[in-house]
Amino acid sequence: MYAQLSGLRFTALTFLAVLFVGGAAWPVVPELVEDGQIIPESLKPEERRSGTTFLSEALRAQQEDEGTNPGMLWVTTGEELWTTPAGSENKSCVNCHGDAEASMKGVAARYPTIDKTTGELLNLELRINQCRRERQGAEPFPYESNEMLGLTAFIAYQSRGMPISVSIDGPAARHFEYGRKLFTTRQGQLNLACTQCHDENWGRKLRGDTISQGHPTGFPIYRLEWQSLGSLHRRLRACSLGVRAEVLDYGSPEYLALELYLAWRARGMPIETPAIRR
Amino acid sequence: MSKSRGEGLSRRQVAAGIVAVALVPLAAGSRAAVAGDQISTALEKITGGAPVTEGRVKLEISSLAENGFSVPLTVSVDSPMTADDYVKTIHILSEKNPVAEVVKFNLSPRMGRAKVSTSIRMADTQRVLAVAEMHDGSFWSAEAHVIVTLSACIDGG
Amino acid sequence: MSMTSARIVVPKTAKRGEVVEIKTLIKHPMETGYRRDHRGQVIPRHIIQRFVATYNGEEVFSADLTQGVAANPYFAFPLRVEESGEITFTWTDDRGSTHTEKAEITVA
Repeated sequence: MYAQLSGLRFTALTFLAVLFVGGAAWPVVPELVEDGQIIPESLKPEERRSGTTFLSEALRAQQEDEGTNPGMLWVTTGEELWTTPAGSENKSCVNCHGDAEASMKGVAARYPTIDKTTGELLNLELRINQCRRERQGAEPFPYESNEMLGLTAFIAYQSRGMPISVSIDGPAARHFEYGRKLFTTRQGQLNLACTQCHDENWGRKLRGDTISQGHPTGFPIYRLEWQSLGSLHRRLRACSLGVRAEVLDYGSPEYLALELYLAWRARGMPIETPAIRR
Repeated sequence: MSKSRGEGLSRRQVAAGIVAVALVPLAAGSRAAVAGDQISTALEKITGGAPVTEGRVKLEISSLAENGFSVPLTVSVDSPMTADDYVKTIHILSEKNPVAEVVKFNLSPRMGRAKVSTSIRMADTQRVLAVAEMHDGSFWSAEAHVIVTLSACIDGG
Repeated sequence: MSMTSARIVVPKTAKRGEVVEIKTLIKHPMETGYRRDHRGQVIPRHIIQRFVATYNGEEVFSADLTQGVAANPYFAFPLRVEESGEITFTWTDDRGSTHTEKAEITVA
């Protein structure tokens, strides 16, 4: 909230305090390692809970009300961009895709996905920049720019309420396996795997917070700590930092693979973009 | 002034002190309690010393805020909001934010009801006071105590 | 295009004498002036100081803000609709920049 609450030093102290000072409160982590391999223990489908269910009633109400959900400001930005011509082709999204309400419905629920022509795994951000480069002759939007957050929010918003359903077959399979491996592998100075918090200890308290299950249902999200909208990769970077692991680049193969694994892990859960999170 | 130090500490202050101490491991951002009450100082400026009566004002705010960056609140005042009986202003005052007055709402009879919602920042666990000035110059108030917790993964990222 | 976005929720129609709810949201950092950047420099304060709503030219509701109001501020407040007309919303920040939005309401 104010100056003393931001910055790396504070983060480090926070985590050390959590793990060592508050050691007694730290839940015992079950042994997951066998022959150097971590045994994944995924969440049962009936146990799955969106991060929304961990919000206070007041914040849930704010998220559900489009008149007070601040994430809607970026949806508005994206809506304007959808019809704004750009690049050497002077074309806008609407020239190819028409009305987003029809053409983009359900699209975000299928991402990330394999690009048919290149065989690469693309998330929404990469797909938008592919369009900008190849169809509009325009410069790519950087991750976390107002424009990229606006367009991804606007596009994902068209799938609100629709179940997440990604394909993990064929060329997606290796990305999926990589993502699953990353999710279940201990990393960083704290030597923690994603699964230890989000599968094994969700619902428990970590300082004043409740550990969520880590489902990507509401991205880009309006995170109170950011006081802004942010992408899934921004959130993953925060997780990497949190366990004192290397913070990877936006759009890195690791985060893309994790994005696919997380989407599969949340399969069937409704899209909530733009969600409010702490 | 013949007050002894012991008498100077109200039961509420002692209780607040206990809460503050208990919260230290929970909220690393908590500062030690600061002497002096900025709410009283701000209130004095608003009312010019006129009495403030508790009542007629309703302040809806979570008693446990999960994040101090944005705490939703709704304040409403029991008033017919007619041309000759209405609420002129509502002030939201904070005990521990760097600036005592968070926001001031200026109302008019054209609103039909006296009810306003917004989100505020809270630097710490503290008291929040909503003070309404009526058309007749009388002041009414409601108070809330909000515990502000910090999320675990403050990352600055 | 403008990167300042604002959202207004006002019902298009209302009965005469009906009290409707109005909601406004504006994208603004509400920078407190207390934070520092990664080089240790203070990030200058940048806040909306005043928000005014008028109904057919008459001020019906306004707010004087400080840095204690959350980023991307929203306000929800009532309005008694007596005649068809225009509602304007104006935000002014401490760098002198203003943003205005308008909405029409019709007495049905």
